Amino acid sequence: MAVGKVTFSKVEREKLAEILWLLNWISVVTGTILFGLGLFLRVEIHKWQEVMSEQGILYVPHMLITTGLAACCINFFGGKICLDCADTNKFLRWKLVMMPYIICTFFFTSCVLAGALMCYGIRSQMEESLFMGLRNAMRYYKDTDTPGRCNLKRTVDLLQIQFQCCGNTGYRDWFQIQWISSRYLDMGSSAVVDRMRSNVEGKYLMDGVPFSCCSTFSPWPCIQHHLSTSSTQDEKSQQLNLWRRGCQQALLDHYTGIMQSIGLTVLLIWLFELLVLTGVRYLQTAMENVLRLGDPESESDGWILENSLAETARSNFNIIKNLGKCYQVDDDPNINVPTAAPEEELPSQQVQVLVTS
Amino acid sequence: MAVLRVKFTKTKRDKLAQVLWILNWISVVTGAILFSLGLFLKVELHKQGEVMAERDIQYVPNTLIAVGLIACAINFLGGKICYDCVDTTKFLRWKLIMLPYIICTFFFTFCVLVGALMCYCMHWELEESLNLGLTEAMRFYKDTDTPGRCFLKRTMDMLQMQFQCCGNNGYKDWFQIQWISNRYLDMSQKEVADRIRSNVDGKYLLDGVPFSCCNINSPRPCIQQQITNNSAHFNYEHQTEELNLWMKGCRQALLEYYIHIMQSIGLTVLITWLFELSVLTGVRYLQTSLENVLRQGDPNSESDGWLLENSFMETARMNLNIIKSLGKGNQIDTATNGDPNINVPSTSKAHYGPDNVPPKQITEDS
Repeated sequence: MAVGKVTFSKVEREKLAEILWLLNWISVVTGTILFGLGLFLRVEIHKWQEVMSEQGILYVPHMLITTGLAACCINFFGGKICLDCADTNKFLRWKLVMMPYIICTFFFTSCVLAGALMCYGIRSQMEESLFMGLRNAMRYYKDTDTPGRCNLKRTVDLLQIQFQCCGNTGYRDWFQIQWISSRYLDMGSSAVVDRMRSNVEGKYLMDGVPFSCCSTFSPWPCIQHHLSTSSTQDEKSQQLNLWRRGCQQALLDHYTGIMQSIGLTVLLIWLFELLVLTGVRYLQTAMENVLRLGDPESESDGWILENSLAETARSNFNIIKNLGKCYQVDDDPNINVPTAAPEEELPSQQVQVLVTS
Repeated sequence: MAVLRVKFTKTKRDKLAQVLWILNWISVVTGAILFSLGLFLKVELHKQGEVMAERDIQYVPNTLIAVGLIACAINFLGGKICYDCVDTTKFLRWKLIMLPYIICTFFFTFCVLVGALMCYCMHWELEESLNLGLTEAMRFYKDTDTPGRCFLKRTMDMLQMQFQCCGNNGYKDWFQIQWISNRYLDMSQKEVADRIRSNVDGKYLLDGVPFSCCNINSPRPCIQQQITNNSAHFNYEHQTEELNLWMKGCRQALLEYYIHIMQSIGLTVLITWLFELSVLTGVRYLQTSLENVLRQGDPNSESDGWLLENSFMETARMNLNIIKSLGKGNQIDTATNGDPNINVPSTSKAHYGPDNVPPKQITEDS
């Protein structure tokens, strides 16, 4: 009871081979698109890598890049095979390779699907990574003289200006961090010393934010200091003065948008690859049946699986078990062990030589 | 004495026609490139249009756009003509059009050259326009409640952040402008009132700049108030401090940006002009050689092609005479009082052949 049995005439087989050749070349193009998407995502993540705490997110673009390259190779190879399959003689060349090729491509398409699902599933990991990364970046904002961290101020300022955000979850995050380096604090001033002494950890905290938090949409000059005690502004007007969104949310939205589009494209590519694989499988079974029948011009059947799914699974399982059995130590094959069961064999006939006189 | 005479065999003529057909199609593409360059320049100028005063700078991108479209049309027609010129019989269709076409294209290439030169000469007008525009924009920076000017603050802030510049010539321009609106000044405070009173025009001036002037490369938090007061900030000397604010003036920054764009565009247009000129020369040679073939009668024979039939001076003189006689054709003839029907007897002696014998009067002889 074959799965998905379809009868192919000679003309249909040749047409199928031609179509598959074309589809394989289109798949090479989609493979390059996959590669390009992976590269694009890698560059986008690299831009703001300094505010991400863990680099494990990079496995998503790396996966896409590898899958894209593999797709190009596999489909290039498949195109060559399908071009030859139009002719029964040339098919003999590829006969032994085709089954392993189909199995490989089947596992490869599952990799593509895994890549697509990863794009959707990475959001929670990214959220965590951004939170920790931004917190550290803000903490080291003032350390412009420490090698390895001297660019963090510039990165955070650019981030806040470009993504129109302030702080981690909001502008108040800056109130809990000393973002003015002690190098620029006048320790001789009593105001400064008092403020530092009033803090448990000796940090100079203030209700002010860096200039990059200033909103360009605000109709008045930016008030970035004494935010809690502004007497000239009321709560409503303060809303327009600084960026209200937190940078974690802004970056998360940015990357989620990118990865959702990429994930959708990869899903479509996966469906296309599956379609091409099904076609190649039909072509392979049809050509093999033609060879079995002997007549290249005759009709032949093509199928996805020769027996039902359960039977195929069982027979494959048995093959694997026997493979295992082969490695078990058997009696010495050189000793002839007489079989216990009676064999069906023809008794040797006494050949009577009739002497004819 | 033809100018640059070249002999063409039949195969050479055919090859010339084919090559010119391809070159004309390439010229259509370059015409499209010219068009898109003009469009790009127009968009770029429009983006910063709010900080440019009213000046005639739009004529440069408009010229490029028009020239690009005309180039596409002319070269499309040229391609069709050259395609037909391979066959002598088809050439007869185009014979009368070709000379006007060549003359038109010659004047058109002048327009392309003018377009290229305009790109290089525009920056004086642009500098003037930017100077005035930026001064106005800074003056109205605080007027975020005046309709028509309410977006100037945002435009100015985005400009200073994007182009990494501050003020017109430098950050000190902000010291002479009241950029904080009176709406946000607490008039009851003595300090504010004193400052306003100390100024002749009653403006609230201070040595501070907007936040968009802050340099992101600065290692210390931005100092935007009391910039010239060294004692107001710890470990600060404003004469030597270069990383605190953007040092470049916005006029200079914008000018450099646009000059760079226009130099690239100008170079591309010059190269396009040279290409068009070479295509035009080829078409002229093709036209003259095909006309000579028709004159000789044999389509397979060799023929000459040239740029001008006579020398440059003679051609100029001939054309001048043609134009003069065109002018004369319109003058009224005074001898007949303008009436062509009156027979005016010629006053000069008639000349009757080499022996000058008048014809015999035919008498009726019997």
